[in-house]
Amino acid sequence: MSDGPLIEVRDLVKHFPIRKGIVFQKQVGAVQAVDGVSFDIVEGETLGLVGESGCGKSTTARLITRLLEPTSGSIVYNGVDIAQANRRTLLPLRREMQMVFQDPYSSLNPRKTVGTIIGEPFEIHGIERDKDKRRRLVQNLMEQVGLNPEHYNRLPHEFSGGQRQRIGVARAIALKPKLIVADEPVSALDVSIQAQILNLLRDLQRELGLTIVFIAHDLSVVRHMCDRIAVMYLGKIVEMAQADQLYDHPRHPYSGALLSAVPVPDPRLAREKHRQVLVGDVPSPTNPPNACRFHTRCPKFVAGHCDVDEPALETKPGGNVAACHYPLTDEEIAARVPTAAA
Amino acid sequence: MPLLEVEDLKVHFHTEDGIVKAVDGVSYTVESGQALGIVGESGSGKSVSSLTVMGLTRFFTSARISGSVRFNGKDLLTASDEEMRRIRGNEISMIFQDPLSSLHPFYRIGKQLVEAIQSHRDVSKAQALDRSVEMLGLVGIPEPRKRVDSYPHEFSGGMRQRVMIAMALANDPKLLIADEPTTALDVTVQAQILDLIQRLQSELDTAIVMITHDLGVVAEVTDEIAVMYAGEIVEKAPKDTIFASPEHPYTWGLLRSIPRLDLPRGEELVPISGRPPSLITLPGGCYFHPRCPYVRERHREVHPDLDAVPGDSDHSVRCLLASDTRKRLWRELQDGKDPAEARATAGLDAEEVAS
Repeated sequence: MSDGPLIEVRDLVKHFPIRKGIVFQKQVGAVQAVDGVSFDIVEGETLGLVGESGCGKSTTARLITRLLEPTSGSIVYNGVDIAQANRRTLLPLRREMQMVFQDPYSSLNPRKTVGTIIGEPFEIHGIERDKDKRRRLVQNLMEQVGLNPEHYNRLPHEFSGGQRQRIGVARAIALKPKLIVADEPVSALDVSIQAQILNLLRDLQRELGLTIVFIAHDLSVVRHMCDRIAVMYLGKIVEMAQADQLYDHPRHPYSGALLSAVPVPDPRLAREKHRQVLVGDVPSPTNPPNACRFHTRCPKFVAGHCDVDEPALETKPGGNVAACHYPLTDEEIAARVPTAAA
Repeated sequence: MPLLEVEDLKVHFHTEDGIVKAVDGVSYTVESGQALGIVGESGSGKSVSSLTVMGLTRFFTSARISGSVRFNGKDLLTASDEEMRRIRGNEISMIFQDPLSSLHPFYRIGKQLVEAIQSHRDVSKAQALDRSVEMLGLVGIPEPRKRVDSYPHEFSGGMRQRVMIAMALANDPKLLIADEPTTALDVTVQAQILDLIQRLQSELDTAIVMITHDLGVVAEVTDEIAVMYAGEIVEKAPKDTIFASPEHPYTWGLLRSIPRLDLPRGEELVPISGRPPSLITLPGGCYFHPRCPYVRERHREVHPDLDAVPGDSDHSVRCLLASDTRKRLWRELQDGKDPAEARATAGLDAEEVAS
């Protein structure tokens, strides 16, 4: 590990305009998908982004890898701000950051052989033009992710979901990237297959010294995989902490509610724990609530404070960084959260 | 008499590629007010068996169905289409995984609920609408009187699933089949829906069959659990037994391959190697043997029955290993051993050589 973060994200904003009209498209509003998030990614770590659908975690992932252009803010990678960089500046950097997508069915071209799919990064970046050598490279990659190298000429439909996800991983590590952004890499897979892919990602991280941004909605999976975790709600980070800190003592009421909502495969614990059920749904990101965005659903809401004064991200007891005026106390945590330190 | 009694149910689909044995001899019973969880991965037959209970697979010309499904003493497999129509949505109702594709996008919620009620009850439109409003209120939709006039797209995913539940319960069913009811939902919404299902079960005394791949969900909601693999039930027991002392290697695999919030962090995941078999060419012997770390020569030839565990008639397992060996293996696994070590310590390797 080197000193200083690999990536510094500051005040990152992405608004998707909503337009009306056919000829003269007038902007009538914006989906505030990501609204001012700042965090660092340290080399060699696994950073988890969690939150429910619509919280902006996938958009953040696509912004970091510059598959989307940010509305404002900066993303400094190795000293270069890539937020507004053009294609030519980005091309060499793209080798260093790769993505693994959620759906192994739609993220692989059904007409191309596995060999071509995994070899495509070499093609794009003009590496190893010699056909035989490239074939050997690809087959080594296949071996590395646990695929049979003899299946080089097969098409994606001949593989199961788990094997397809291995193809996606092989493609992502082909150029020996520094950073892998994995967006829900196991949520489309069956339970018995999930563990295979999670273990593969961990082993590869150890072997190749990868930095991973791991996005998932499954809090048990995130806890297993990540060193540090950022919880997002409606386009903002509401809490950030080391994994143990977050699961032992979540300070933001939203993190607490998320953890409390996870069904635990242990009937005894399930009976003891008081599941805290949040009321209502996530508000629309086109018109998010004022001040603290969670105040409409928060069990600790204080009128006249939470809906007026936006809380800043600051360090709370136990070392968690959370944006809340009334963070959870240890008693509240013990009653609701299954992972709370007893 | 149990409310639902499924016996030796087989559903085979005759396709061009061969016979798909989707469900291959499944038996279970559900008492009224009781909740049964059916756990399995995709292709284990858990959905097909429940669709068959609802009489929804009979329309496939390729399907060959045998065995019996008795509901309140009546055999549903031999019931006429007309009789099934009267039972479906009335005495037995079902909620599906994807609430958006289960609601008609062109009709208002109220109209769809009224239709569901009027097709089984001889009531006026106004009465049916009142009942709809009452049901929407019961499942926690705010301002139900106003929301009956909304279209499905005006509801969020969680709200749509509530509408589906309201519709399913509108005619006071005795049995509710829920097929992955929360899989498409976020965790906080999932918690709301599970809470709702549990509350309704205790208030209305409805029996529930909950189909899911999520062991956490069954641990919270059900009383008894059946684990399915390749069209068969491989283990069945009260839920505390399934989690505390499971005896089938596949159940162990499921429990050990998911990261769990209730265990210390950093626990190694032990995946089940390989993948589920093709239902057309099932392996000989025990269907699980190609993936089982404790397989022995005999298991490749002999197909195990679902037998009760000695000393516990509520707990049955489809496995050729002796119950004592299984108990020893599970203890070793819980001590943190990996399957190979457990196999060695439990003396399986030595036995293999001897025999």
